[in-house]
Amino acid sequence: MLDTAPVVRKNPGRKTSGTAGRPRRRPRLGPYLLIAPTLVVIALLMFWPMIQIGIMSFQKVGNRQLRGEPAEQVGTENYDKIFSDPFFWQTLKHTVLFAVVAVSLTLVVGTLIGLLLHQLGKRMSSFVAGGVMVAWATPPVTAAIIFSWLFGTTGGLVNWTLDLLPDWLVGGGWNDYNWFGTPLSTYTVLTICVVWQACPFIAVSVLAGLKSVPGELYEAARVDGSGPWRSFWSITFPILKPIFMVLLVMSIIWDFKVFTQLFVMAGMANRDSFNLSLYAYSEAFGSLNPKLGMGSAIAMVLTVILLIVTALYVRVMVRQGETK
Amino acid sequence: MSRPSRLGIASRPGRARRTRVLRKGALNTAGIVVFLLAVFPVFWMASTAFKPNTEIFSSTPKPLPSRPTLDHFDLVLNGGIAETSFWVYFRNSAVLALVTVVISGLLALLAATAVARFRFRFRTTFLIMLLVVQMVPCEALVISLFLNLKQFGLLNSLPGLVIVYVGFAVPFAIWMLRGFVAAVPRELEEAAAIDGASPIRTFFTVLLPLVAPGLVATSIFSFITAWNEFIFAFTFLDDQDKYTLPIMLQFFFGRSGNAWGPIMAASTLLTIPVIIFFLLVQRRMVSGLTAGAVKG
Repeated sequence: MLDTAPVVRKNPGRKTSGTAGRPRRRPRLGPYLLIAPTLVVIALLMFWPMIQIGIMSFQKVGNRQLRGEPAEQVGTENYDKIFSDPFFWQTLKHTVLFAVVAVSLTLVVGTLIGLLLHQLGKRMSSFVAGGVMVAWATPPVTAAIIFSWLFGTTGGLVNWTLDLLPDWLVGGGWNDYNWFGTPLSTYTVLTICVVWQACPFIAVSVLAGLKSVPGELYEAARVDGSGPWRSFWSITFPILKPIFMVLLVMSIIWDFKVFTQLFVMAGMANRDSFNLSLYAYSEAFGSLNPKLGMGSAIAMVLTVILLIVTALYVRVMVRQGETK
Repeated sequence: MSRPSRLGIASRPGRARRTRVLRKGALNTAGIVVFLLAVFPVFWMASTAFKPNTEIFSSTPKPLPSRPTLDHFDLVLNGGIAETSFWVYFRNSAVLALVTVVISGLLALLAATAVARFRFRFRTTFLIMLLVVQMVPCEALVISLFLNLKQFGLLNSLPGLVIVYVGFAVPFAIWMLRGFVAAVPRELEEAAAIDGASPIRTFFTVLLPLVAPGLVATSIFSFITAWNEFIFAFTFLDDQDKYTLPIMLQFFFGRSGNAWGPIMAASTLLTIPVIIFFLLVQRRMVSGLTAGAVKG
């Protein structure tokens, strides 16, 4: 795992070496030429579109603008509209609740699998890891379709199993239960699907981290009579804390903007189950009367939330010396 | 139960061995359960794809098809699911992904060399920018990218889509590649320079061959990103004969919601290449994603 990382770290005291150490070089054009194409691509495909979203969120952009008429400035009208619309708050609630549940489950299950992989013998560990990878590798569209099939009404395996189980345990009438009928059940399926796909990444990252913890620490703890629970919280967790920070932030970002799986499972017609990204998309593209300005305003809300989380992520990465 | 003393293990060897065997058994069982749970959905997909319809909708589902059939694959491959042949979608996806890989690989290699080999002003800014843009939600950008592509007449075209994919693949590719470039000893390049090789020649004859494994890993990652991508392709492509595989699959799923046999056959055809590629590079991918956190 460590082979790709540059091992040698510049020591922090080298700031003074500009004059004393190696002779000052004149600034060269080389590196700038090398990053120039990337900068152009990122500027055109990321920064400029991001600014455009910001501009459009204060405009009315619809069919007439798509035909080439200039956009109409509407001030904060789009924002006023969404913030006073209970439907927006419902989608925000779905987004946040889903992220909280899915992120916690992903981290807990993923960490447990990582710990398990670490305990297993070498062969068994790579066997299980290989299987877990399959879940990670599955394309999101396929994953959503497979889970729609597993939780389907006709021939769905989950309903069949639940129907077999005794009624006092799970209740009856599962055979034609429609999982995609209410937001709660839709999000249940979505959570299982997303956690299934996301926890392998957590597991493998945690495993990589565990391999870097010196085994003597656990030995010492065991000799001192500490159990596995205690060892985890007083050795593993503090050492792996940087990894957990990165994984936490990445999971939050991924789950906040989940789109494909929900889109495939619930579709555009199922407005009750919308989250923020689906809502923005449906305002912008979902009808014959596209409201790209409204869509942009909702997308801005999502982006601002994610930028705050990203700022946290960047802080962690910078503190770990990742950008050195 | 009495508390085991520090010397307990040594004084009761038989019991300790039994505990160890039990522990190992429990761990291995847990491992197998995790394995089964992880692969089950994919297994069920493939298994359904080979089942005749009577077995798919049977009231007692069986794990494996008792009379396996290739009918569903036949239907998918020979144009029964949409007006256009499966191979057209396959070609669209493959071409799109390959072109994305080549362009983003080239851009990333250049930038990764800059970042790993040179100290320059704004280097840290550039790296932070790479981190930030990886987090930008494409679900938001799709709106303005749609308008921009429309303006340049690139909507509903594969080149337009390639441009967008490159933008989204490059930041991570640089992040991953720079570790590989940094791992190549600088002395090799210096030696080549002393022998009179030009910087460009050094790049092609020294650095490139040594970074090749990293480039392969990065390329496969970009390939998978483009191969799996849904939202941009779905939004930008109108004509059926331009659809990529995920769009075809979603379209087919939406239109014939209960034809699970062909849907699962198509899903299998979309998924298997990705899983194979993925298993080939997963170790490098993880180290690329969390390298900083891991190296501690």
